[in-house]
Amino acid sequence: MSGETPTDGERDRPRSDPVGPGRGLRRTAELAGIGLTGVVAAVMLSFLLLYWAQDLPVASELYAAFRSIGRAMDAAFGTNVFRHPIMWQSMAVGVLVGVVAPLVGSFLVHREMALIGETLAHTAFAGVAVGILVTSATGWSGSLLLVALAVGILGALGVQWLTERTDAYGDVPIAIMLSGSFAVGTLIISYGDGLTGVNIQGYLFGNLAVVTPDGARLMGALSIVVVAAVALTYKQLLFITFDEQAARVAQLNVTGYNTLLVVLTAVVVVGAMQVLGVILVAAMLVVPVAAASQVARSFRETMYLGVIFGQLSVIGGFAVSIGLGLPSGGSIVVTAIAVYLATILGSGSSVKAISTHG
Amino acid sequence: MTAIVDLDGVTFSYGDTVAVSDVSLTVEEGEFLGLVGPNGSGKTTLLHLMLGLHDPDEGSVELFGRPVEEFDDGGRIGYVSQKATSRGGAMPVTVRECVTMGRFAHAGRGRLSETDRAAVADAIETVGIGDLADRLVSELSGGQKQRAYIARALASDADLLALDEPTVGVDAESRDAFYALLDELNGDGITVILIEHDIGVVTDRANRIACINTELYHHGDTESFVESDALGEAYGATGQVVHHHH
Repeated sequence: MSGETPTDGERDRPRSDPVGPGRGLRRTAELAGIGLTGVVAAVMLSFLLLYWAQDLPVASELYAAFRSIGRAMDAAFGTNVFRHPIMWQSMAVGVLVGVVAPLVGSFLVHREMALIGETLAHTAFAGVAVGILVTSATGWSGSLLLVALAVGILGALGVQWLTERTDAYGDVPIAIMLSGSFAVGTLIISYGDGLTGVNIQGYLFGNLAVVTPDGARLMGALSIVVVAAVALTYKQLLFITFDEQAARVAQLNVTGYNTLLVVLTAVVVVGAMQVLGVILVAAMLVVPVAAASQVARSFRETMYLGVIFGQLSVIGGFAVSIGLGLPSGGSIVVTAIAVYLATILGSGSSVKAISTHG
Repeated sequence: MTAIVDLDGVTFSYGDTVAVSDVSLTVEEGEFLGLVGPNGSGKTTLLHLMLGLHDPDEGSVELFGRPVEEFDDGGRIGYVSQKATSRGGAMPVTVRECVTMGRFAHAGRGRLSETDRAAVADAIETVGIGDLADRLVSELSGGQKQRAYIARALASDADLLALDEPTVGVDAESRDAFYALLDELNGDGITVILIEHDIGVVTDRANRIACINTELYHHGDTESFVESDALGEAYGATGQVVHHHH
């Protein structure tokens, strides 16, 4: 960390943040963005619900209405995607990832734990590998992500255990865990080669076609859990992230909240892996938050902007992915980085020193 | 007089390195204790032991009359760590958000009340940074940052302020103003424990001094510390060690 601290002599320098009407406008725009994101997320959650309940009387009519909206969108954009329910499943996962990843990432990045997100993604890959074995044994396709989730959470607890026992967030054990779990994943996949028709490349690089109805529903449920958990523990997570020692002295259960944070990270990673891929999933935890931190004037604003930038990245990335027929993961991450670069140019200040690791 | 902190025969090691050895001392209510000693003498470790951030290998620690491991009233302590004030992190947190953290121990899991918000606004005014409430802590000068952290402690209604070298990197004028504020708070009855490398500053401000270099070399009022040669002994790491048990 090497951020510049102004000296006392600079205390009277002019404020660079907008005041008066400019600040009010900015706040209105942010709230509008968050509101819009909330509406889009709610629509996506309702789609998942309707798709699930489409055989029930009322739901079937609503679901049919949804399909006709999709066809109308295809007609309007000249595409052939929105009429397919699988497309909506993927978009739902993407939109929800755009909300929950920056939400958890806001704490993770400023906790200097970005590498942990990366590690948990690779642990979850080992989970997918185990899931493939379980799927081939049980024949139930829904188990794949559930197994990945279980392995991801175990990995998160393992990472937490390691960091509690190494100096600060010592990165060597974490790096070993990162590559180790990936190595185990590749071994299991090779061993089980040909057992199932699961598209491994899709899980590596992200692919809209990887998303299954079960996977999308899981993401819907996990998103509700993550948003609720962050809303309920916002104060504690903020205190611990900003000043861990003072939080300890204030008798907060720091170990407990740290564990919650890594478990939430694992949950987000497993859900997001479907569209982003194991290799790119950590970017969604980090890049929108880095962009938000570049311009935010408070931590609350960092979270709002992080979610808005995350959403822009997902929607922009989907447009690129659908328009050019490219993988969704790379498209979303490249869009997110474009947003990040725009915030650097827009803020007119130097790149803020956010470390991925302490 | 009530004991705020009570250490009895406390020893703590990092691996094979003994950082604090057999230290016994009591901090009474209303004291302004200066904790001095050479670099690496275990001052910060001793403060951490007092606050329950480390568990002693031997001996016992009491906070507000309770064994430190059972102490759960976090709002009574305002702690400003060395790391908190020296780091120039990029985390965008406003002064108001920082000071509001002082209320978290009171609010628990619930939402912040109007009382909480009023306490935050009061604390920010008391330390004289009302015009900076919406600025980012990372953009403040060293002296202003100190005040923000003290405001956080005040917002929590702390009875004890524990400060670890709070004026490193702060210019002389702001440092004097900061210590005048500490004097004022101490005058209002808040107990202060201060780690400070500048012996002159400590002997001007504190009414009690504890001088350590792994072991306790002196503990008593400031006059007796100035008259004694505890400082020379501690810094030279020779001479006698004070043992006072109670």
